[in-house]
Amino acid sequence: MRRVVALYRSSVGKKVLMAVTGFVWFGFLLAHMAGNLGAFLGQEHFDAYAEHLRVVGEPMLPEYSALWAFRAVLIATFIAHVVLAWQTSRQSHQARAVGYRKQENLSFSPASRFMRWGGVLILVFLVYHILHMTTGTLHPDFIAADASGHNAYHNLVTGLSNPLVAAFYVLALTAVAAHLFHGVWSLMQTLGAAHPKYKHLRRPVATIVAALVFLGFVSVPVSVLAGILR
Amino acid sequence: MNLTLHIWRQDGPRDGGAFQTYQAKDISEHASFLEMLDVVNEELIKAGQEPIAFEHDCREGICGSCGMMINGVPHGPRGMIATCQLHMRIFNDGDEIWIEPWRATAFPVIRDLVVDRGAFDRIIDAGGYISVRTGSAPDANATPVHKHDADRAMDAATCIGCGACVAACPNASAMLFTAAKVTHLGLLPQGQTERYARVVDMVHQHDAEGFGNCTNHGACQEACPKGISIDTIARLNRDLMVASWAAAGE
Repeated sequence: MRRVVALYRSSVGKKVLMAVTGFVWFGFLLAHMAGNLGAFLGQEHFDAYAEHLRVVGEPMLPEYSALWAFRAVLIATFIAHVVLAWQTSRQSHQARAVGYRKQENLSFSPASRFMRWGGVLILVFLVYHILHMTTGTLHPDFIAADASGHNAYHNLVTGLSNPLVAAFYVLALTAVAAHLFHGVWSLMQTLGAAHPKYKHLRRPVATIVAALVFLGFVSVPVSVLAGILR
Repeated sequence: MNLTLHIWRQDGPRDGGAFQTYQAKDISEHASFLEMLDVVNEELIKAGQEPIAFEHDCREGICGSCGMMINGVPHGPRGMIATCQLHMRIFNDGDEIWIEPWRATAFPVIRDLVVDRGAFDRIIDAGGYISVRTGSAPDANATPVHKHDADRAMDAATCIGCGACVAACPNASAMLFTAAKVTHLGLLPQGQTERYARVVDMVHQHDAEGFGNCTNHGACQEACPKGISIDTIARLNRDLMVASWAAAGE
């Protein structure tokens, strides 16, 4: 913990903590995407997967405990990532209190300039997504899990069959992809991975990763609208 | 060639400042950008007006003092040169040129286009040196340095401290400047003793001066007249992680 505090004190250390927390979420996104793609294996498989998340760790652990432990890590890293983003943005805004009349954008990708507002969009989406697919609060046809099992597949298909909702999902996923396009490259730079032997691989790796995550996630709402998943 | 210049005029650190428009007439295309400003100043002096204050010294791209924002780009639209090496032939007759000082809270404007880059000196003071016995010059090759390290150290050492990295950075971060010095000294055997204390102290001073946070946009290396790479920043990050980890574990 003292080591984390020591990092937190400097601007570079804050970036390191953002890189690490971002990486945790990147790992989660890959797992989440793999779970989503299970929808293409059919309703039974997908509902069983949702049920499995609830009971994972049984019988050694009570139901929901592993799930909540996992959620706790995600919530903690998410909050840390957002708070650090806020603090570093504040530092940077204060560092240029007076702007230029004319300034060319010399940054190497538009994605890097979209990190902060893109992050805000992702935050809004995340709140909606939890209220939509996890609690069902904003889902008109939501059927909660009961003793007979999960209705995750039903909730997925009915929830995404509204074109406006699906469009918002696609928009948010575009922001996620842009965030990863810069973020994955950026975390390697921040963690000091710039060895001459492999540094030229950082851009292609980040681009491929962003594209895969985008296509993997977007395939679900698009397939619902196209009638492939029903 | 004739040009229309919009130049930031500010009577002192406390003055609000504003853009003024000037006509630069009959400028030779062979003139440097600073010589063009000299011509404009001659006319202002003849007309009994205050000349435009801008910083300059060597006029050959090595002192780092002539930085200014030219049409939104530090040192102008030509890469890898300082303002003094920019020639008027790259502009067209009748062009409008906006000239502004570096904008950063850590670089307060002293007058017109001149900013106080004392913050850089204080970052160097915090650790940008090596503490060794001085005196007669050591024998050549007494301390072997690998060619690869020597090249990279020299690339980082070409920093002239002009501040273009800060000026271009959307966050007004001085990370490229700080990292160039950390890389230059940290790659050489003479710099090893203070390597980790140096990076912690210099980053601490960087933050204390009010520079922003590096978010890896890469604008600094585009603006750098010496072409210093952001690989130096990755190296600084790595050294800082090692230093924080080791220090907190003690």
